[in-house]
Amino acid sequence: MFGKLTLSAIPFDQPIIMGTCLVLIFGILAILGLITYKRKWDWLWTEWITTVDHKRIGIMYTLLAMVMLLRGFSDAIMMRSQQALASSNAHGFLPPEHYNQIFSAHGTIMIFFMAMPFVVGLMNFVVPLQIGARDVAFPVLNSVSFWLTAAGALLINLSLGIGEFARTGWLAYPPLSELPFSPGVGVDYYLWSLQISGVGTLLSGVNLVTTILKLRAPGMRLSMMPVFTWTALASNMLIVAAFPILTATFAMLLLDRYLGTHFFTNDGGGNPMMYINLIWTWGHPEVYILILPPFGVFSEVISTFSRKPLFGYRSMVVATMVITLLAFTTWLHHFFTMGSGADVNGFFGITTMVIAIPTGVKIFNWLFTMYGGRVRFTSPVLWTIGFMVTFTIGGMTGVLMAVPPADFVLHNSLFLIAHFHNVIIGGVVFGCFAGLTYWFPKAFGFRLHEGLGKAAFWCWFVGFYLAFMPLYILGFMGMTRRMNHYDNPAWLPYLLVAEAGAVLIFIGILLQVVQLVWSIKKRGTLRAGADPWDGRTLEWSTASPPPPYNFARVPQVAGLDAYWEVKQEVATALAQPLEAIEMPKNSGLGFFVSFFAVIGGFGMIWHIWWMGVLALVAFFALIVWSSWDEEDEFELSAAEVGRLERANPHAA
Amino acid sequence: MSSDVASLDMPSEEPGVQLPSRQHVTGFGFYLYLLSDGILFAALFAVFAVLRTATDGGPDGHMLFSSRNAFIETACLLTSSFTCGIAMLACDRRNKFVALVGFLVTGVLGLAFLTLEIHEFADLIAKGDGPGRSAFLSSFFTLVSTHGLHVTCGLLWLGVLLVQFLLRGFTPAILRRFLCFSLFWHVLDVVWIGVFTFVYLVGGYL
Repeated sequence: MFGKLTLSAIPFDQPIIMGTCLVLIFGILAILGLITYKRKWDWLWTEWITTVDHKRIGIMYTLLAMVMLLRGFSDAIMMRSQQALASSNAHGFLPPEHYNQIFSAHGTIMIFFMAMPFVVGLMNFVVPLQIGARDVAFPVLNSVSFWLTAAGALLINLSLGIGEFARTGWLAYPPLSELPFSPGVGVDYYLWSLQISGVGTLLSGVNLVTTILKLRAPGMRLSMMPVFTWTALASNMLIVAAFPILTATFAMLLLDRYLGTHFFTNDGGGNPMMYINLIWTWGHPEVYILILPPFGVFSEVISTFSRKPLFGYRSMVVATMVITLLAFTTWLHHFFTMGSGADVNGFFGITTMVIAIPTGVKIFNWLFTMYGGRVRFTSPVLWTIGFMVTFTIGGMTGVLMAVPPADFVLHNSLFLIAHFHNVIIGGVVFGCFAGLTYWFPKAFGFRLHEGLGKAAFWCWFVGFYLAFMPLYILGFMGMTRRMNHYDNPAWLPYLLVAEAGAVLIFIGILLQVVQLVWSIKKRGTLRAGADPWDGRTLEWSTASPPPPYNFARVPQVAGLDAYWEVKQEVATALAQPLEAIEMPKNSGLGFFVSFFAVIGGFGMIWHIWWMGVLALVAFFALIVWSSWDEEDEFELSAAEVGRLERANPHAA
Repeated sequence: MSSDVASLDMPSEEPGVQLPSRQHVTGFGFYLYLLSDGILFAALFAVFAVLRTATDGGPDGHMLFSSRNAFIETACLLTSSFTCGIAMLACDRRNKFVALVGFLVTGVLGLAFLTLEIHEFADLIAKGDGPGRSAFLSSFFTLVSTHGLHVTCGLLWLGVLLVQFLLRGFTPAILRRFLCFSLFWHVLDVVWIGVFTFVYLVGGYL
């Protein structure tokens, strides 16, 4: 009836885990109680849970990402503290089996449930506004995508209190992740939560590529698209091309674990290295899926706040597309030490170094955009400049490791850890924060507090260097990744500096939480109009927050920086009469599908087969049910649009 | 086929700058999804290519595969794609009877294909040559049954769609879904041609 699940799955003997679980349970109960007390369930259901509005779905993605950032960061600071305490004969406060779960959870959560939802959330919110569309191509599917991602996040966090998480690292390499070596449910939690959220990501990729290619405002040719939309297009094309490989790879590992097949096993003719090839043919494009949209954010920010068109728009687009193609040609550099031979390693070393060229083009384009401009040093600009410095250093260490002989020395050392945190924090995370600050007034109608934002930036910026520069040195000193304790006392001073850096980043995160709460409290004084930054692209031409249909009249586009051009004209065209707008109806499909995805996933993890079958039947019933209603749109009459427009006047 | 549906959806002011119809957008999005599905199959094909010889002392393709069975399966599936095409042409002309018969024949042929495949799998497993026997058989079963799973989903989809069609006739939503279904069904054919060539012909004969 309950498969492998018994009461002993709950780790009552682990005070750290139990304490965390209690705090979480009370927190969730408090939130549910507050919703009930304020009678907000109706509002929550109709305005958020069943919404198909791309702006709200984007906001929910971003919120999920920020919550998961807190979870992932708690893991990070526990690891830093463990290594600061576990020198020489000391063993720190985390036993190895728990420590292994923490570093696996940290990587998995930060990539799949922090960085991905953050980037997807920004794209979801911004792209339709930038191209003058009223929503994405498939609004209901968009809601399904979000809720599947949320379902994956819920499952992975359930592993904290029920059972255990994988101890295999964030990519679950076999043969360690095979049944004989990982007999517990940890790897199953990993696989099922990522399969569920991966389907969501794939559908979201299909949705956004279709939106960008088919729903641009009349007149907006590809060569007139804002750079963020270009990078979103590149990123989503990579999602469509790369995520099926991840799904197939995880499916094969699942079959190995559940049905006794021999894809990646040591016996039966299995080939563990094939898993590592497959996972990185997804994994390397994934890096660009994450970094390209932040490149777009920086382009928008630096152009807006320098009051100049972006320098080298065409070269920026070409560089983005070149990176998109090269993304699929470098995967082997993650395992030069596999021993594919000098020729193969040499080939992948060169393709890897080649990527530095289009990336360098981008860096120079941003610099030349600032050159001669009247730069306003707002917090999005600080994140951007911080990124340019930090990412360049990370890029250089990356090119260093692209040299196979050097990589043989540095493979799996802390030098590698420093490198990828250098590019992911300095690139993706800084970019997400720049984008968050930049588009926040568009989403909510008021700005984030600028002083607190700048303070948070400096804590993150300095904290990053303190936390990760010592890891480069430790890598040269021979310290490998994922160590629970070590006997070389010479490493300790560097690890203490790294710990101090983590604490500084923690203060930065606290400042961001304070910034958010403060800004919501004082929103009356932080009101922003439609166009608070003197923007250049179409999203700034509509109200903040935009009406559900985004644009009362579909914009006509005649060139790059569409809104900037409109603003320069003395008299704008006389307002055309308003027309009725077809709007998508709310849908509970996404929520219900994810509800059963959690049930089915949980059942499969614990071998409770009837729950898996129940979920399959429910999926079928839900899809048939939702297809039965062919009227998935309703009409907002011209009079109603007019009423909404008058209620929410804006600059244009 | 989309021209008459397209004109229903969008007010046309200036030709060339208007937004595409909903059918066009849905068809494009579904096509993108099918491309991603193609990559999923590409990964499974690559794995089959790597593990083809990893028989772990067990039987290989020459000993196991019946070409007769695979030929009949191929005939069923290719014919079903043809009848699906006929049905789509009938949809264009709003010929309800021919469309219904075409899709029904498509479904029956799909079902025949599936029966043959399950029969083949059951035989192999009964002989002790199941997916757990060797890495080669793991990759064979996974590749072929992933295709079979797609056919199964397609048949369920077609069943529901035909019920809706009988109740409602040619509504824009049903026409859109038929378009997606036919794209799906044709792509499954393309994938099967790959399976037939690389698994049954190359793997069984050469």
